[in-house]
Amino acid sequence: MKRALSSAETPQVGRSLPRLESWLKVTGRAEYVHNLRLPGMLYGRIFRSSVAHGRIRRLDVSAAQAVGGVHRVVSAADLKEIVPDPYYGPAFHDQPVLAVDKVRYVGEPVAVVLAADPHVAEEAAHLIVAEYEELPAVYDELEAMTSKAIVHDALKPAGTFPDLKHLKGRSGTNVALDFHLRRGDAAQALAAAERVFEHRFRTQQVMHTPLEPLVSVAESTDSSLTIHTASQSPSFVRIEVARLLGWPENRIRVRVPFLGGGFGAKLYIKLEALVAVLSLLTRRAVKISLTMEEQFFTITKHASSFRIKSGVTRDGRISARECEVWWNGGAYADIGPRVTQKSGFTAAGPYDIEHVAIDSYALYTNLPPAGALRGFGIPQLVWAYECHTDMMARELGIDPIEFRRRNLLRDGRPQATGTLMRDAAIEKVLDRLAVLLEWNRPFDRGTGVLRRGRGIAIGFKACVSPTTSLAAVNVNGDGSCIVYCSTVDMGQGSDTAMAQIAGEVLNTPAEAVRVVHSDTDVTPYDMATLGSRSLFHMGNAVKLAAEDALKKLNQLKSELQMPPDAAIPEIFKKKYGMQAGNVVGTGSYVPSYKSPDANGLTDNATPFWMVGGSGAEIEVDTETGRVRVARLVNVADVGTPINPKIVETQLSGAAIMQLGFTLFEKMLFDEHGQLRNASLAEYRIPGFLDVPEEIINEAVSAEQRSGPFGAKGVGETGTFGVSPAIANALHDAVGVRLTSLPLNPEAVFMKLQEQK
Amino acid sequence: MRREIRFRLNGEAVSAQVAPHENLVEVLQENFGLYGARESCGQGLCGCCTVLVNGRAVSGCLYLASLIEGAEVLTVENGSEPDAVQQAFVDAGAFQCGFCTPGFVLMTRQLLEEHPEPDDDTIRHYLSGNLCRCAAYPQIIEAVKLAARKMRQT
Repeated sequence: MKRALSSAETPQVGRSLPRLESWLKVTGRAEYVHNLRLPGMLYGRIFRSSVAHGRIRRLDVSAAQAVGGVHRVVSAADLKEIVPDPYYGPAFHDQPVLAVDKVRYVGEPVAVVLAADPHVAEEAAHLIVAEYEELPAVYDELEAMTSKAIVHDALKPAGTFPDLKHLKGRSGTNVALDFHLRRGDAAQALAAAERVFEHRFRTQQVMHTPLEPLVSVAESTDSSLTIHTASQSPSFVRIEVARLLGWPENRIRVRVPFLGGGFGAKLYIKLEALVAVLSLLTRRAVKISLTMEEQFFTITKHASSFRIKSGVTRDGRISARECEVWWNGGAYADIGPRVTQKSGFTAAGPYDIEHVAIDSYALYTNLPPAGALRGFGIPQLVWAYECHTDMMARELGIDPIEFRRRNLLRDGRPQATGTLMRDAAIEKVLDRLAVLLEWNRPFDRGTGVLRRGRGIAIGFKACVSPTTSLAAVNVNGDGSCIVYCSTVDMGQGSDTAMAQIAGEVLNTPAEAVRVVHSDTDVTPYDMATLGSRSLFHMGNAVKLAAEDALKKLNQLKSELQMPPDAAIPEIFKKKYGMQAGNVVGTGSYVPSYKSPDANGLTDNATPFWMVGGSGAEIEVDTETGRVRVARLVNVADVGTPINPKIVETQLSGAAIMQLGFTLFEKMLFDEHGQLRNASLAEYRIPGFLDVPEEIINEAVSAEQRSGPFGAKGVGETGTFGVSPAIANALHDAVGVRLTSLPLNPEAVFMKLQEQK
Repeated sequence: MRREIRFRLNGEAVSAQVAPHENLVEVLQENFGLYGARESCGQGLCGCCTVLVNGRAVSGCLYLASLIEGAEVLTVENGSEPDAVQQAFVDAGAFQCGFCTPGFVLMTRQLLEEHPEPDDDTIRHYLSGNLCRCAAYPQIIEAVKLAARKMRQT
């Protein structure tokens, strides 16, 4: 088979080479945890809560236990012998490995059936009977602010991550975190403004839907535990499982091969604590593979409500802005508090506004937990502030691009937190959008029942901080090179990018560099593969490690009195008398950060800014309410791309994913908190027929000076502007304004009827 | 309850002991260690489990293994050399995580047998039963056209 083509091309950075694992993927041979079978392995099948909030009165597993082939049925009571305090979470230790005494959403894991045959486990799980004393439940994030239904009696902050150290233990509230920012005096400036606009927006709960559903396998001995898991955060899994078990980290090994998609679903602890405990209980290897349906009961994207109010001066400048955002976090906080705080930094949008007040609330409700999904809350915010921007521009009679340009946050200016904008090509992105959309040319508005419109939107994000990445680069006796890092390749192409970075430093073709997949016994600590942080943080760590290896090789050369152009294998041969030895370079990257003060202000909120904008040309069928996106243009500041082709597919993929969240994806709950559409038959994700006929993705020429070779993250950027661009285009086409997502035919049609 | 079935798998005569409820994907994975066809949605809607049975694409997660008695079964693992379709998927960068890719490769082969010069619309409709959450759809269109050109040239 043909692979690993040698290349004489240098430099490595800037090459659009195909993903290094391409052949494995097109031949079906790439390694996923999905494929893993271990000797004597048991399959676990989860029995889930049927009520949204209740006390477990009785749990009868006898019929399940009696099924031939069932090894054991396990509930919370059984876990306690291994884990006395079985609660986990990155922000709060609020989520039980299996429900303890109470359930807090429909679909929460209550018990597990273990059997060597997964069909037996499934059948037996249906025979478990639970009785609940139902408690009042709350589903809406606004109601949760004042509801008498309290999801958690008391909150226990985790204290794991430095950016979440401020979380407080509270009781009698559904507010997990409230973030407040005060810059200037927004109330006074609003009172003084020429015009004031206030709008409310909502977004719906949706799900990541990775096509490889969540899956974890654990195997154990008395003193060691290995977890094979489809996880974006192997280092966190090890730390958290070690904490739960009271073990040192070195007795736990977490291995991660390729992921069949992640998008934020496979972060922190999902199934890992459960399979770990089950393996220790049974002394067998245990695998749990969720079905597509079960993923909807595991992790989702926050539904949200947003009230935004802006004051505008006579010359069309935004002088003040108030933002109130409520995040529906579901029954367990997961990483919701970080979503609430970090997105809170930028809730006022990429505009230069002197007086800003932001209040952002993470709320518990009795719905499936919400976490990070491709943007850490940013797409929800951009949805609101960019619809708001357009609504104001139209009211004021100013062209939407001109209105944005007048208010844009320019390089060197302080953003709402007080952090200065650096290397953020906001203006360039906006200008490029206008060019690609031919904004100043006449636009065909359609006729009859088919009406056409166009819209734009632009958003930005502060990358999560502070976070740590470590890497090692090993040069072997023959000169071949291995990168050790815990960044997880879930499709974004990180293996390829890291190989290009190491190859650039070591003057080696990227194809000849091997990147070892996450294995906590081997690869050093990394915070996680999330929030578009890896290319910047791990890229910098890999670059430092490669430079360290190069320095050591050069030292060896001079010690051995070899000429500067001596080939690497010759150095080792001279040093060891044969092809032997290694040179290992290490690199560690932790950007500086300053926590926000009591007013939410800091002069160092983030190591880099991400900027993304979209423009849409759409056609609306006024008889059916159907929106067809004819042309979608996505422009981003990604710094200097390491691999331009992969960057383009990332932008395109993110935008099309966001198109699903914009036009049709929505988790539908009944009045009892029961999800009604937990399958791909009823919850549609974008397919071929949903993709715009024309899609243009472009990275503007830019440089992130602190990034590896000028690069920065890109995974989320393509999502930012899509939803508001389409809503703005819809208004442009037919004059109706939708303020809730999705913009499905039903919603559009109803709005058109209202207008008549 | 298990019974022996005989069929041809990627060109070789094979047999397997299968239970009545087992589907084709399970048998390929458990009995033959072939993981290219994989279950995702479990409803025959995503195409990740695509397998060719007697030359036609089926959803392996819904296809009872017993029904392949005597059939010719081809999976993405068939063949020792990658073909023009696989090469085109690599060249066009037509995937990200790769989980859905085997299904797309098999469907593309079938598409190009029926439509050697497909236009965009034909490609979109023919492949609309396969889902890619990474949404590499524009690159897949590019790959299909690239493969079509290569196949016409040879």
